[in-house]
Amino acid sequence: MDTIISITSAFTSVALAAAVIVGFVFVNATALGYIERKLCGRFQRRIGPMEVGWHGILQMPVDGIKLIAKQLIVPSHVAGPLFYVAPVLAFAPAALPFLVMPFAPRIQVLAMEAGLVFVLAVISFNTFAVFLAGWSSNNNYSMIGALRAVAQNISYEIPILLSLLTVVFLTGSFNLSRIVQVQESLWFVLRHPGAILAFLVFFIAAIAETNRAPFDLPEAESELTAGFHTEYSGIAFGMFMIAEYTYLFVNCCLATAVFFGGWWGPTLPFGQYSSCIWFFIKAYTLVFIVIWCRWTFPRVRFDQLMNLSWKYLIPIALGNLLLTALCTKL
Amino acid sequence: MKRYIIELVQGGASLLAGLGVTLRALVAQPVTVPYPRKKLPMQPGFRGHPMLVRNPATGAFTCIACGTCMQRCPSRCIDITAARTESGTKYPARFQLDFTRCSLCGICVEVCPVSGLAFSRSFAMPHRTREACKYDLVTRGEEGT
Repeated sequence: MDTIISITSAFTSVALAAAVIVGFVFVNATALGYIERKLCGRFQRRIGPMEVGWHGILQMPVDGIKLIAKQLIVPSHVAGPLFYVAPVLAFAPAALPFLVMPFAPRIQVLAMEAGLVFVLAVISFNTFAVFLAGWSSNNNYSMIGALRAVAQNISYEIPILLSLLTVVFLTGSFNLSRIVQVQESLWFVLRHPGAILAFLVFFIAAIAETNRAPFDLPEAESELTAGFHTEYSGIAFGMFMIAEYTYLFVNCCLATAVFFGGWWGPTLPFGQYSSCIWFFIKAYTLVFIVIWCRWTFPRVRFDQLMNLSWKYLIPIALGNLLLTALCTKL
Repeated sequence: MKRYIIELVQGGASLLAGLGVTLRALVAQPVTVPYPRKKLPMQPGFRGHPMLVRNPATGAFTCIACGTCMQRCPSRCIDITAARTESGTKYPARFQLDFTRCSLCGICVEVCPVSGLAFSRSFAMPHRTREACKYDLVTRGEEGT
């Protein structure tokens, strides 16, 4: 009997966590889409969406309904099931990093010992979905976009890992909540010069990893129409977009937890739960900076993209890692 | 090595300068308006379709139906049917402007001996048929302003 109860309660909590996380993924993607369009407008001295709802706040839900209602146009020459699997593969794992993300001391689904590795593994999985989408579309634009995505992700995963390893050296743990706990007195970016450099490298590489401008070569409109998702319409395209925004937010959450002290901030009542507010404020500030960069910088050329990673980010991250290791030993 | 570092510093500085430009745009007032709800003030030099001018004292058209504009129009889009009042003055009974052919060159406005033509301020003139684009400026005179 006890086992049954514990199994049911475990099942309920898992189902609840899954529902909350998936719900959050959708709401977050919708909100980020709106924020991005509004900010893009203001950066270009336009007003952005204004028609649907107060200041266009319902524009994204309406767009979502439109995408769901639209016909999925499937070209006759695509590689069958793979074409359908790719958007699901892009979208489904996007929710997984939230399982280990420490939003507040008590708001964390799974306090995994290798949380950081888990998040990085899931983020890398997106490349697979993008490549599958580009390859199965049987379209030159999609294929070139997919190839670029793979080259880009391989190049930029290295600086991401190296920069995060700097903090792992400082804390001696891959556990995200422990990394946050260590930063109680001072955030890593304020405490350690190596961490500042590591954050800069991580931030640039994370923008590239999520295929956002100025590194959006896999979907460069002016060259590849829409890159890997050229042949996708309706909600299949929408799923790629949701995945993109979710990964963007995941990367910002990761930066918050690892470099910006996660949930630490002025004490709040019910701090065990409510301190997630500080986490979200920090994460969305980083999201704002990413959007800001997107609407400021022109897209880089492909050779510049590779140069940036192999000639600048990786050597800097490596040197930084070495220096940090030396400092921690001394 | 020296060039590498100089490039890094200069590149970083230029990136920050770019971010500054967009940040200033973010906090500045938007320059566009939501069009049908709000409209920008029209420029004084705006050329709408030619329209007949009224004499402010009498309220009648100043046009004397001399036909100069009809002759000088390079697109041949003006067609006037003149009539006479009891006192013998000519006036336009019908002043047809084929707006599908009018290029808004303004020669008609310039040559008019009595300044009877002017550019209107109307610009949003969608029509469903070709015929609807042929305006009779005598009857359109009021709405064209």
